[in-house]
Amino acid sequence: MSAPPTRTVLAALLRKDLRVELRSFESVPAMALFSVTTFVLFHFGLRQDSLSGDLASGVLWVTLLFASVLGINRLFVADAEQGGFDGFLLSPADRSALLLAKALALLAYLVVLELVAVPAFALLLLKPSIGPALPGLLVVLALADIGVAVIGTLVGALAVRTRARDLLGPLLSLPMLVPVVLGAARATEPLFATHAGALPLRWLAILALYDLVFALIAFALFDFLLED
Amino acid sequence: MYGKRLRGLALSTFAALTLTLALVLFWAPNDAYLGFLQKIFYIHVPLAIVTLCGFIAGGVMAIQHLRTRDPRWDMRSYVAIHISLVFGVGVLITGSIWAKGAWGHWWVWDEPTLVSFLLIMLLYATYQPLRFAIEDPERQARSASVFAIVAGVFVPINFAIVRLSTAYVHPRTLSNISGNLPGRMQVVFYLAVVSVALLWVTLWRYEMTSKHASAQLRALKRLLGGDEDEAPARRSAAPSVTHLGGVR
Amino acid sequence: MAQLPLHTAGPYVAAAYIVFVALILLYVAIMAGKLSRIERELGELTELAQRTRSPGDGQDAL
Repeated sequence: MSAPPTRTVLAALLRKDLRVELRSFESVPAMALFSVTTFVLFHFGLRQDSLSGDLASGVLWVTLLFASVLGINRLFVADAEQGGFDGFLLSPADRSALLLAKALALLAYLVVLELVAVPAFALLLLKPSIGPALPGLLVVLALADIGVAVIGTLVGALAVRTRARDLLGPLLSLPMLVPVVLGAARATEPLFATHAGALPLRWLAILALYDLVFALIAFALFDFLLED
Repeated sequence: MYGKRLRGLALSTFAALTLTLALVLFWAPNDAYLGFLQKIFYIHVPLAIVTLCGFIAGGVMAIQHLRTRDPRWDMRSYVAIHISLVFGVGVLITGSIWAKGAWGHWWVWDEPTLVSFLLIMLLYATYQPLRFAIEDPERQARSASVFAIVAGVFVPINFAIVRLSTAYVHPRTLSNISGNLPGRMQVVFYLAVVSVALLWVTLWRYEMTSKHASAQLRALKRLLGGDEDEAPARRSAAPSVTHLGGVR
Repeated sequence: MAQLPLHTAGPYVAAAYIVFVALILLYVAIMAGKLSRIERELGELTELAQRTRSPGDGQDAL
């Protein structure tokens, strides 16, 4: 039995994960709800009606980060608990397909998360209108999401077969995601300022580079995490 | 054999460190701007440099482990990270003392060395819990190696990014100084870096010798006493010493 | 030859270097504990080896 083309495997795996998520609603609703609740918390905690500039930027990205961590934790759990890993390993399919499929699934969850979280943020907490900021924000969101997806998949695979996976997932991923939060927050600061500024290209470049480096590393190392 | 060159190493480390300390206190001139407090930087910055290199070295050793599957490389990687963690604690404490002396607070966010170090230490602090949480020794070693490599890549990138983010807010202080040093200070600084690096290598060999001896002891135990009750295999964060037993 | 001025910076510098030395010594102390355990177990093993080799003798070379 020859190895099926990676594209087919990738599509199949991705479809499986998305279908499971649609049926069980494990990750995404929790992530979205968490982000909205966190915005409310920030309102009470900071005692501010509306935010702008670096404070707004920081609140948005930290909230998105913590919501993402919820998704990272659940990413591999179903596979680990129901023997999905072994089934996949026995097949002649290319292993990197699993990595890519998981990362894309996480990316999809993040996009849905942001579809809820960003409007909520604009409604609840953001002072300046979000209209002019939107194009730049979308770019930053894309880059940041890729970073979270790559690191999340790597850390998820690392943590899933340990005994304390719910603790280790966040502990491992949060320090590695700080540069993503840093870059994204710095990039959106001028966008959320009361007198909107331009999107700083430097931070976009840094985010992109970070994503690229860790995507390569994840690709190189993923095999070692899957074998048993 | 890890203990063979240990004595020579230890002695040269001792000599280098003593010489450095003497030079710092008696030969290096007082900084015109910062005064006597600047002397902290002769221990803080070399510790930081050696710690970061140590973490990266741990990553390189982990690469070797994944390539060769030789458990000795995993042990080497583990010890490298362990020693660097200890040094890293020293970096944070000495940095904090310097911050208190220079700024009056025990922590400053302007200093990119301290901030990126905090982040790196938070990351590496998860190394041992990660190992401890995986029971199968081979999987533990493999996961730990993956972590060590990813974290090792993270170290320089994170350092650069944090530096970039603070440079535009406040002028760098401690890091600025290490850039352009007058003659005498430069000599002492480089000597300090070499001394601390020697210390790292000595402690690394020291711990490797100890772990290797334990491993050989285990092997000997198994050889001699078949009916002797084997010490029950405890879950541990350190690499399984049984794998090393009997190997040179 | 630079003098050693005793103004307020002195204690901080001293504290920093003391922390450095203390960390090293703490590490050495912990390793010393491991070393003595190794020595003890080696002693037990030697005894065991001698017992296995010459079960009749009551002598020990230690």
